[in-house]
Order: sequence, then C-alpha cells, then structure tokens
Amino acid sequence: MILRLIIVYLRFLLIVGMSAGMGSQNFLWQLTKRTVTGALIGITISDRYVTVSSIRGSSMYPAFQTTPATFPGSLKGDLVLAERFCLEKYKFSLGDVIIFQGPDNHKRNLVKRLIALPGQWIQIPESSEMLKIPEGHCWVEGDNSACSLDSRSFGPIPLGLVKGRVTHVIWPPHRIGAIERKVPTGRTPPY
Amino acid sequence: MAWGSGTGRRFAGIPWRMIASDAAARFMLVCKAACAVHVFNNYVCSIALLRGPSMLPAINVSGDVVAVEHISVRSGTIDVGDVVLLRSPENPLKVVTKRVTGLEGDSVTFERDPARGDHRPKTVLVPKGHVWVQGDNVYESRDSRQFGPVPYGLIHGRAFCKLWPPKDFGYIQQKL
Repeated sequence: MILRLIIVYLRFLLIVGMSAGMGSQNFLWQLTKRTVTGALIGITISDRYVTVSSIRGSSMYPAFQTTPATFPGSLKGDLVLAERFCLEKYKFSLGDVIIFQGPDNHKRNLVKRLIALPGQWIQIPESSEMLKIPEGHCWVEGDNSACSLDSRSFGPIPLGLVKGRVTHVIWPPHRIGAIERKVPTGRTPPY
Repeated sequence: MAWGSGTGRRFAGIPWRMIASDAAARFMLVCKAACAVHVFNNYVCSIALLRGPSMLPAINVSGDVVAVEHISVRSGTIDVGDVVLLRSPENPLKVVTKRVTGLEGDSVTFERDPARGDHRPKTVLVPKGHVWVQGDNVYESRDSRQFGPVPYGLIHGRAFCKLWPPKDFGYIQQKL
C-alpha cells in the first residue's frame, strides 16, 4: 500500500522534474528536502493520529468488501481510515472495529470486531464453555464468522497489540461512510 | 479615527504580515523537528528510564537510563539473550523490561516458582510468533512464567546500552 504510494509519488516527481528541466542542482536539492520533510510528517501523522489502511479478505463482510480487481494493480479491498487516539489510554468500547498485529505473525495486521473486554465472560462458540477474558486482553471476532481467523482460533489477544480503531470507509466511493458499533447479542451475559 | 493619530500610525506601521509569515515559518520548523524526533525515536533509537527489581543484576532498582534501538525489532532479528522492552500483556499502558529466553519453536525450561521454594523444572514449547521473556531476578519478576509466552508484536525495542549512572556506562551483555 505505502510502497505503491511511494512509486506514484516518485513517478510524479519524475514528471515534474522533466518539465522543470532536471539539470539544476538546486532544484534536486530542494526536491530531496521536500520529499524527506513530507515523509517525516506523513509517517508521524500516520503513527500518532490517523492512518489509512487497505483491507483484504472477507472476514469482515459486509462491513468491508473485497471487490474483484478490474484491472491489474488496482486496489482489491476497501480503504479505511483508522484513528490512533484510542491508544493513548487503551480505552475501547464493545463493538469497535480494531486493527491489531496478528498474535502469531507480527508482520500481518488483522481487522476484527471487539466482542469482549477484560473481566467479561464470553461464551465460546462450538462449545458451551464460558471464558473470562484475562486482564489486559480482549476478544475479537470477524463479522463473517464462516471465514475469519480470530479469537476463536487463537484466544484472547493482549490489548497491547491493538494498533488503531477503524472509523470510516473512504474507498470505494459508493460505500464511503462511518462504521457503526455493533455488538452481537447473546454472546456476553449482561451485567 | 477612534484612536489618537499617533497610536494608529504606530499600529499600522508594524509589519503584521511579515510577523505572521515569520511565526508560521517558525511553527512549521518546530513541527518538522517534532516529526523528525518522533520518527527517530520510533524507528531508530530512543532513551528510556528503567526501574524495578525484576532485572536486578543488569538494571538497578533505583532506575537506569538506557538506549533502546528499534531496528532489530522491525527486522525481526531479536535473539535469545537480548534485553527487550515490551508492552505488558496484562496492562497495555505499562512497559516492562525482560530478557528473551526463548524464540518461537524453542522449548524453555524454568523453575516453577523459586520465590516460594518450588524448584521443580517445567518445560514449555514457545508457539509460533511468540517469545518467552523472563526477568534476570527470578525471585521478583512477573514474566512469562506467570502470563505465558508473549506475541512478538508486543516487543518494541531492544535495550543495548546503559547511559546512566556513569559508572555503569557500557553495553548490556547478551547473557545466555
């Protein structure tokens, strides 16, 4: 995702450079300086405040959808906006859609819905067992339980792995909009 | 004019436009510097104050200042014996310092609870994508022996050099 953006940007720079006559040293120096500054600001904003992320897979259908690629290289999934303010205090609500690092593969980020918070009891599907979420952990599940790799296979995840909360879909245009909180009923007993 | 003509002239004489653009430029400079610091701190190297009894011979109870690098975490080259900073799996707001004693696929043997005199050894297999962390001070440390293996994603830095107090200045040893 980011790589693609960088490539697009470099291509843009090349075009600008050619039209400006490429030769002058000063121009190149200015260009490098601006690129570096832009990258620094971009990384900081994406790390601390708001980030854009693309979603693959159908585990969160119908909230996010994977559209068939129309031409090679086009985005296959939805683009979403994720905020990182919630990481200040690690306060989440039930039903939030969160991005977190996979507990068994730290390089892959997963997007799932938060079902239970620490201290809550949850009923594990496919077995009528009740489980208490340990301190500092949470239970996540995909909306599309038929094909989702989530807490049902790897158990509760530490909240420290959470990297952000998904708030909006920003692409494709016909499905731009906020994501609502949704809590499945009958899983966690009321207090 | 409401003001005395002198005040008005003086007020108009101040180059507001220049001051504003100057202020904006300064502000941008501060922002850029803050961004640079953030990126450096998060991706290259930062400084942390570590406290507590759990790492005792390596790190003092009263607190040591250490340099923490983030490159080896990102490149995935954390190894057995490294002192790492990780988010506590029990409280995401707390960062704890432990030593990695097992990587994914390793089997780790440890004494169950030496603080209470339980020295029976126990062996566990570290699952995929997880690491086993333990404090150097086995008598007073809350670590993987209590909360089990931790996901690699919780690690966010490797402490490699002690900076303060000056008499302890030097690299942190990789102990096996």
